[in-house]
Amino acid sequence: MSTQEDIVVGIDLGTTNSLVAYMESSPTVIPGEDGSNLVPSLVALDGKGEIIVGNPSRKQLIEQPERAIYSVKRLMGRGIEDVQEELKLFPFRLAANNRPGEVLRILLGGREFTPPEISAFILRQLKRNAERYFGTAVGKAVITVPAYFNDAQRQATKDAGRIAGLEVLRLVNEPTAAALAYGLDKKKEGIVAVYDLGGGTFDISILKLHEGIFEVIATNGDTHLGGDDIDNLLITIALDDIAGDMKLDLRRNGEAVQAIRKAVIDAKITLSTEEQTAIEVELPGGGRYLRQLTRADFERLAGPVIQRTIAPCKQALADANLTPAQIDEVVLVGGSTRIPRVRQLVRELFQRAPHTELNPDEVVALGAAVQARILAGGSHATRDMLLLDVTPLSLGIEALGGVVAKIIHRNSTIPASATEHFTTGVEGQANVAIHVLQGERELAKDCRSLARFDLKGIPPMPAGLPRIEVKFLIDANGILHVSAREQRSGREAEIDVKPTYGLTDEQVESMILESFDYAEEDFRQRQIVEARNEAETILRALEKGRRGEAWASLTAAERNQIAAAEKELQDARSGEDHKAIRDAIERLNQATLHLAELMMSSAVSSALRGKDMQELSSEGPAAPHPIAPAEIES
Amino acid sequence: MALLSMQAEVKNSEMSDAAGSGRCWSCGAAVDTAAHFCPECDKVQPPAATDYFSIFNLPRRLNLDTARLEKEFYRLSRMLHPDLFGRASSQEQEWSTERSSQLNDAYRALRDPISRTQHLLSLEGFKLEEQSRAATDAARASGGEKKQVVPPELLEEVFELNIQLQELKMGERDPEVMAQLETAKGNFEQRLEALATELRTLWSRWDNAQERHDSTAGRDSLQKMIDLLNRRSYIRNLVRDVKEALAD
Repeated sequence: MSTQEDIVVGIDLGTTNSLVAYMESSPTVIPGEDGSNLVPSLVALDGKGEIIVGNPSRKQLIEQPERAIYSVKRLMGRGIEDVQEELKLFPFRLAANNRPGEVLRILLGGREFTPPEISAFILRQLKRNAERYFGTAVGKAVITVPAYFNDAQRQATKDAGRIAGLEVLRLVNEPTAAALAYGLDKKKEGIVAVYDLGGGTFDISILKLHEGIFEVIATNGDTHLGGDDIDNLLITIALDDIAGDMKLDLRRNGEAVQAIRKAVIDAKITLSTEEQTAIEVELPGGGRYLRQLTRADFERLAGPVIQRTIAPCKQALADANLTPAQIDEVVLVGGSTRIPRVRQLVRELFQRAPHTELNPDEVVALGAAVQARILAGGSHATRDMLLLDVTPLSLGIEALGGVVAKIIHRNSTIPASATEHFTTGVEGQANVAIHVLQGERELAKDCRSLARFDLKGIPPMPAGLPRIEVKFLIDANGILHVSAREQRSGREAEIDVKPTYGLTDEQVESMILESFDYAEEDFRQRQIVEARNEAETILRALEKGRRGEAWASLTAAERNQIAAAEKELQDARSGEDHKAIRDAIERLNQATLHLAELMMSSAVSSALRGKDMQELSSEGPAAPHPIAPAEIES
Repeated sequence: MALLSMQAEVKNSEMSDAAGSGRCWSCGAAVDTAAHFCPECDKVQPPAATDYFSIFNLPRRLNLDTARLEKEFYRLSRMLHPDLFGRASSQEQEWSTERSSQLNDAYRALRDPISRTQHLLSLEGFKLEEQSRAATDAARASGGEKKQVVPPELLEEVFELNIQLQELKMGERDPEVMAQLETAKGNFEQRLEALATELRTLWSRWDNAQERHDSTAGRDSLQKMIDLLNRRSYIRNLVRDVKEALAD
């Protein structure tokens, strides 16, 4: 791996778009090769059967939608029984034998992938973009998640990072990340509400900002509410129109549905600035669908979706024990907050005009970069900054009668812990089963099952005598850890964890192995990027050398040799073979050895002529022999 | 710097209570749970069970300045939070997570008047939660409802209230019954406020008894707090029931 100080990037892994950002003195989004800051969260197979991610897969989504996957974030950490609603609205193709309580498997080009694996393709693309930008390996990241994500959804995101070859230093809640970016250089104090309506998730977080501490007081949300839902409403209407007026049922026609989807999204975006627009789609068979849509019509349609954000906001305010008047500022995050009706609703809810000066698409990634900077050791700008986040959902264990005994309440600052004691009901009982749940409801069946633990190896004792201490700890990522101890024997009890919707460690490991195929491609790309960077450096140094006095002292033969080697390197640089680039660099290096010597000595003699060292180092001996960066070993 | 502050914390919890004895997670040697390093292998030990007051270096007093508590919470967070251990060893990261979870738990418990009282009671040997849970479990196991002792001064009111709740359940929503329930709810809420004031008086009695080293007066105030908390939870449940009935 690279010998340089490890770079930690911040990643916003969104439902619709994903971004990667980095903070040196201030956070910046890293663009992709196409110059775009946003990488659509879209994974497809191209004609050759290779995975393509982002903008290049847009064409595939329209032309061969069965070979593309979007909005996979909606499936993270969920089981087949949770996604029935999603399946009606999204063209996910699931494997035939998905079973309840297991991690989902999605079909893409005849192969099965889990949602973390699909997300890993997106993360790998972002990692590649960052490596292209830095010209070196990037192995560590902070990834954002919706604040209202449960344990399984968080774990799935972390798994995705591992599969993509990223060490995930922290999962940060999206609205909290936005607050970090927002409060970074403004030295803000007071109570801030972050309203985050994205493509597929909604979060509301209320924070107290005080002397660099960002303390989340309450959070709430809905992990299945976003701009996607509005799109789906419009698509349904268009499909109904077409079925009614044109007697054409396109519901099962993936291509046509995607064409309609693109048209309604365009219309939705237009209506944020215009009062009226048209949805216009070419239909298979030469027909054409055209429908005028006014902003008023749109708002009537989207209204119920937007209204669903009200209850979480009110709950968060109640949990924070605050009235809207006590909120000092409101920050908008997520592309869907561009919708005028959303802004109006926020204004009414919090009785003040929200901040709209931030780019709602980028602010989460920028905040992730800030947190990445903090974890990498901080800088002057992040000094004194500390994030205190909370767990969005209560943690409980199933007690007698199927009720849930809450052990860590929602909105508790994390890390948070709870210790519970269990005993046996029968003499000599060696196992105790514990069912851990997340949610606010009273009954276990209404909460989210996280895992079943089997405490094993309890020493034989009369009923009720063993005292097993189980410690539940929610870490700073919002992920649960459990450990157990039999107190009378002092023995660490053995725990068998069956994550209800997650992947086991073994599964993740085998996915990492499989992903080496993709990693090899990454590695090859990175070697090219690094060789090219090195070529740039030496070519620039040569340019500089040509302008100096030393150049004149070379023989014509030497100059010709250098020119030939330079040409060779320029040609190799645009190719895809990193070995050829490296060889050409070496040849140019050899050809310029004499030039470098002359430049060094002329620098020394000009120093002797009385130039001060300051000048020297600025115009100085730019010998075309940069220290070669360390070779990357995989 | 972070390490030094950890050491300071270590001292704090050494003074705190720790139940039972344990063995080193690494070598299995017997270790006093209050100790932070194993005497055999020198490995750092997980944080011991502790007294939340001692985490903030506070005496066990119930009247406390919550603004100062918050300040201290922020100060300690800046030393213990796992974000500050991003580049430390995984073991240090683990203990910082545990220590900071303990700090968060302590802050949460102490800033709220009721949970602060409950924490003190449990430190002083009253096992509130276990009693309550045992009673709940026993009631469930026998298929019955958890027996709640009605505070004597409420007997009449509660009797009346139950009749009204029954009427509401039986038939249509008689506006007169609804109004009576609203009044009852208001009365009970007033009682809750009165209990909060009463609790503060008991706090001062405990704090004063501690200053005077008067353990009899101290125990007596704690016993009264338990009675008060029981009455309070009983009334709170009533208010909840009435609210639910009115909302249905």
